[in-house]
Amino acid sequence: MNAHQQATGSAYFIDTKKLESETHTLAVVAENQPGVLARIIGLFAGRGYNIDSLTVSETEHEKHVSRFTIVTSGTAPVVAQIKAQLERMVLVHSVADLTVQGNFLARELAMVKVQGAGERRVEALRLADAFRARVIDASTDSFVFELTGKPDKIDQFISLMVPLGLVEVSRTGVAAISRGSEAMKA
Amino acid sequence: MAEAELMTGAEMVLRALAEHGVKHVFGYPGGAVLPIYDEFFQQDKVKHILVRHEQGATHMAEGYARSTGLCGVALATSGPGATNCVTGLMDALGDSIPMVCITGQVPTHLIGTDAFQECDTVGITRPCTKQNWLVKDVNDLSRILHEAFYVAMTGRPGPVVVDIPKDVQFAKGKYTSKDGVIVKSYQPKTQPDASAIEAAIALIATAKKPLFYTGGGVINSGPKASKLLRELVELTGIPITSTLMGLGAYPASGKEWLGMLGMHGTYEANMAMHDCDVMINVGARFDDRITGRLDGFAPHSKKIHIDIDPSSINKVVRVAVPVIADVAAALEAMIASWKKHKHTLDQAALKSWKAEIKTWKAVDCLKYRANKDVIMPQYAIERLYELTKDMDTYITTEVGQHQMWAAQFYRFEKPNRWMTSGGLGTMGYGLPAAVGVQAAHPKSLVIDIAGDASVQMTMQEFSTAIQYKLPIKIFILNNQYMGMVRQWQQLLHGNRMSESYSEALPDFVKLAEAFGGVGFRCEKPEDLDGMIKEMIASPHPVLFDCRVANLANCFPMIPSGKAHNEMLLGADVTDEQVGTAIDAKGKALV
Repeated sequence: MNAHQQATGSAYFIDTKKLESETHTLAVVAENQPGVLARIIGLFAGRGYNIDSLTVSETEHEKHVSRFTIVTSGTAPVVAQIKAQLERMVLVHSVADLTVQGNFLARELAMVKVQGAGERRVEALRLADAFRARVIDASTDSFVFELTGKPDKIDQFISLMVPLGLVEVSRTGVAAISRGSEAMKA
Repeated sequence: MAEAELMTGAEMVLRALAEHGVKHVFGYPGGAVLPIYDEFFQQDKVKHILVRHEQGATHMAEGYARSTGLCGVALATSGPGATNCVTGLMDALGDSIPMVCITGQVPTHLIGTDAFQECDTVGITRPCTKQNWLVKDVNDLSRILHEAFYVAMTGRPGPVVVDIPKDVQFAKGKYTSKDGVIVKSYQPKTQPDASAIEAAIALIATAKKPLFYTGGGVINSGPKASKLLRELVELTGIPITSTLMGLGAYPASGKEWLGMLGMHGTYEANMAMHDCDVMINVGARFDDRITGRLDGFAPHSKKIHIDIDPSSINKVVRVAVPVIADVAAALEAMIASWKKHKHTLDQAALKSWKAEIKTWKAVDCLKYRANKDVIMPQYAIERLYELTKDMDTYITTEVGQHQMWAAQFYRFEKPNRWMTSGGLGTMGYGLPAAVGVQAAHPKSLVIDIAGDASVQMTMQEFSTAIQYKLPIKIFILNNQYMGMVRQWQQLLHGNRMSESYSEALPDFVKLAEAFGGVGFRCEKPEDLDGMIKEMIASPHPVLFDCRVANLANCFPMIPSGKAHNEMLLGADVTDEQVGTAIDAKGKALV
């Protein structure tokens, strides 16, 4: 895809006030070198862009390639500018705006600790079953549930657990991939 | 890949510098770079120029790079050596100047222990470099050095840092030559899409009021780009203006030249920008000094934007036709396409457009009140220009009023002759930059047009010029003020000149002599020509203290928050107009 053919826009453009902020999920493939995460985070911090979620892990060990999934929000021109700024980084191989491409999968893993006894404990277990959460740790007065799914499903599960004795949550942030047979440019 | 040779890290640094054709390195020794300095001592391929402060080394490298088209190289020790480089690195990033900055680091086993002269160099320099590296294994060093030169020089040029711990400089490892190294992840596009060129040419062909707006990208692209730009202007007959960074790409004597545009640009250039119907941006980036108020920026125009950096496209101003390419490649394709289609512009429309421009030129926006008793700063630059224009001259500047007067009144005919800090606006850039230019062009006349305040920021590098017999000429427009600060205080703050008066100025003549150079002081207009000639004739570094009218201000000016057609003109502007030119919203801008 030619970068110039996309509808990019200005981070400072006067019309941005009229535009709505949108949430976009970006997939970034980059060299797994020291400092690459700091450089990407520095770009967002230095230019005032939002990071709603960021996950990263090495995906191809031999090629030293890492994949970032970044959920960001901004007006369409700002998001296009973010993509262009990421693409010009020396260590970045390619960037895909999954939201613009459409039709992608986004999943997150959460571990949720719930404390309680009696009826509350039974109810927590029943709801966990309904959400297909697994019990990965149990004591006489607590459970740790493991749950994967879209972020809103996890949000919903956590909110249901609050009255049932929620004490702690750990979430991975979103990992995303496009549907279909086509692979992202590495 | 060439066969690997065993050598120490410090040897690799010198080998790599030589392999990349580096003739000069600007640097300052210290504990963490001693092994590299020991290698300098034992070779004569690469000349080391000892600076007085590491910021000076970075600006020298910039001046060197800008005037030659080569990569500048700076060298500093760990800790304070590295932090002193930060201003120059950011300056080079702002103006897209290729620079490799090599820093020493404490040995790897001490990293993270708050050791003596330790700092997180790659952390500190990350936002002011294109890329940087901390080399932890000597076997990676030669590859990283080659990558550093490649990244600095490729695509949109810029500064890079290679941070080398002292134990890595001592360790032996394998050296690989530059031919074996490629940076897969960084392959910027330099050739334009044919469809973009066709769209650009088709749009230009329909224009009734076209205008070229060119920038530093033309200079960065190399001399060929300037040649092609001149050809395309000649071919189409389209008027042309340029940013501060692009001066010299099109000759000031050229018949389509309108002068510089922007905040202190000419009336004709800014009015033409405001009224044009097709704007052809060649290697410029719609900087805020250029656009002024965005919603009033060239409101009736369709814009073509040629830039090698895709993130420049639509960053500030939306354009109709983006062309992502190296400037020379794009211009070459545009010329070919224009000729192939046998396009000509609507000549009647072009004639009336030029007639309109002529009425703006007639305003004579750069005129100033001449004075028989006091040297006007504009007059000083005019005389400097007249007396040096036929020589092999390079001009650098500091930042402020003198810089803008230099841009307005010195007329550049060739690219790479004008070195100034545009993006970052670094006071203290010009003197060390002149040292760097002179090192690259020992026989040429190198003049730093300076201000009395700026020049004191890096004054110590005059000593470097003395040491290496680099006969730079520092032409100080001395008005005893931080002139541009004072001008803004007059515009914005009721003429309250808070801390902008240069108290306790040194005697620049004695100062020059104390350094071992030559000093001149000129106070009368009638003495100016004679003393400029003496300055030029001197084989030594010179400080020229040109005493100019203290309260002169730099006009024309687009006050902040205003559009191109709302300029303040100089000669007739009243104090009242100056005091009320900027409204409340504009006051918050810089």
